Amino acid sequence: MKSFFRMSYPYILWIAVFIVAPMIMILLYALTRTGNNTLTFQFTLDNFARFFSDPDFLKVLLTSLRIALLTTVFCLLIGYPAALFMANLSDRAQTLMTLLMTLPMWINMLLKTYAWRGILLNFDFSSELKVFIGMVYDFLPFMIIQIHTAIAKLDPNLLVAAHDLGANSVKSFLKVTLPLSVPGIISGITLVFLPAVSSFVIPKMLGGGNYVLIGNLIEIYFQQTGDWNFGSAISLIMALIIIAAMWATKKLDRTAQEE
Amino acid sequence: MTMKKRHFSKFFSSGYLILILLFIYLPIAYLVLFSFNEGKSMTNFSGFSTRWYEQLFQKEHAMVDSIWTTLLVAGIATLVSTVVGTVAAIGLSKAKRIIRTAVLEINNLPVMNPDIVTAIGLMLLFISVKVQPSMVTLILSHISFCIPYVILTVMPKLRQLDDNVAEAALDLGATPWKALTKVIIPQIYPAILSGALIAFSMSLDDFVVSYFNSGPGINTISMYVYSMKRYNLSVNAMSTLIVAVVTVILVLVNVIPWIKDKKVQKEET
Repeated sequence: MKSFFRMSYPYILWIAVFIVAPMIMILLYALTRTGNNTLTFQFTLDNFARFFSDPDFLKVLLTSLRIALLTTVFCLLIGYPAALFMANLSDRAQTLMTLLMTLPMWINMLLKTYAWRGILLNFDFSSELKVFIGMVYDFLPFMIIQIHTAIAKLDPNLLVAAHDLGANSVKSFLKVTLPLSVPGIISGITLVFLPAVSSFVIPKMLGGGNYVLIGNLIEIYFQQTGDWNFGSAISLIMALIIIAAMWATKKLDRTAQEE
Repeated sequence: MTMKKRHFSKFFSSGYLILILLFIYLPIAYLVLFSFNEGKSMTNFSGFSTRWYEQLFQKEHAMVDSIWTTLLVAGIATLVSTVVGTVAAIGLSKAKRIIRTAVLEINNLPVMNPDIVTAIGLMLLFISVKVQPSMVTLILSHISFCIPYVILTVMPKLRQLDDNVAEAALDLGATPWKALTKVIIPQIYPAILSGALIAFSMSLDDFVVSYFNSGPGINTISMYVYSMKRYNLSVNAMSTLIVAVVTVILVLVNVIPWIKDKKVQKEET
């Protein structure tokens, strides 16, 4: 029985090659200069200095953060009531709703974005609004499902107790349902913010080519310019921002729980 | 709450959910509608025709090829990642705590990382060992982002297992292989199946990792759509067929257990 742990050896080798090594490659490229042979490293922070000293790059970074934040807040605002209403349906209706919500997730995201491009041709919206609609569309189901799972798990007796103790429905929502659904909100926020801030397909397909987010910058430096060092530095900056954002969300969650 | 108030809130919440569903299904309905357009436009429906379906099968060989590539890559990636992931999860569940925690932390990286970071990491890896992008790198990169999901799905089920059952099998003279295939795997089978399903859907839906790691001329459906210069309503025809297949499969998967339940209930009464 103990010897079964040997079965994990091939995978330990696998993650060393396919997960750890790629991360090290990004780090190495980000910290070296273009044209540098990877065997004769000359470490430099030039790539990072270049990014933070150029107002154009900083503007792209701010735009990405702004639209990802807007998308996340909007998904939460329209997703929360949907999840709440779903949780109040009968068991069978909830199963049906979950199925209806998840079915479009099986259709390739590129095809749905292609459809939005057609729909939005009918309207004279700004690039940012088009990208915003595409992002909300793509990530909303994740938010709804995460929050719904959290609310559906609640013990209905808690609400009955709150009612018996004289709380009206608004109060029992604010004091019982909402605080206990925070874990669902947190995972929903993560599942929306993370892909939104790094997305490059939606801005490219819906933004009409002149709407550049940080994901598009990475694509440009990898696929067009071929400057992998700078591209790696940008993706490292993005990864660090995401880690910081997630750390802050977790911290907020903990403070909320303690209160 | 008064009767009237309750009625209103029910009416409001159903209306809200219907609006959300309309929003979610709008682009799909739009794709399907325009797949029957007589003209070329994605905004102006000029009449009903099935010409885009005919064109899809007769002329759009590259598009049809992309469907096969997508299915082939997803099929192989699912098979390999399910086997490797299950074996690794069983091994890890018996490994020392410190090793297990460390491996699971690293395993989580591709799940938490943005796709584009995973994608360029793999691309740089392949380049640095001088492997040209091809079908092989495409499949390898899909396997590598699918395995973590299989492990994440199978692991919790393994932790619930009673170790004594497998121990008993070994004490009674079963070989480790027998204990594995006759005792452990049958108990975690549902988790393996859902792990495989998640891997398959992740692979089908991927664009970013494929885009950075596929060889010249090898396109998945999403890469094909991304590289299109202008509208081609054959894409709508293809999408409509995909929607039809997915709907039929999901309905079957959800309705069959329901019918079975009904039958069991009937037999019991």
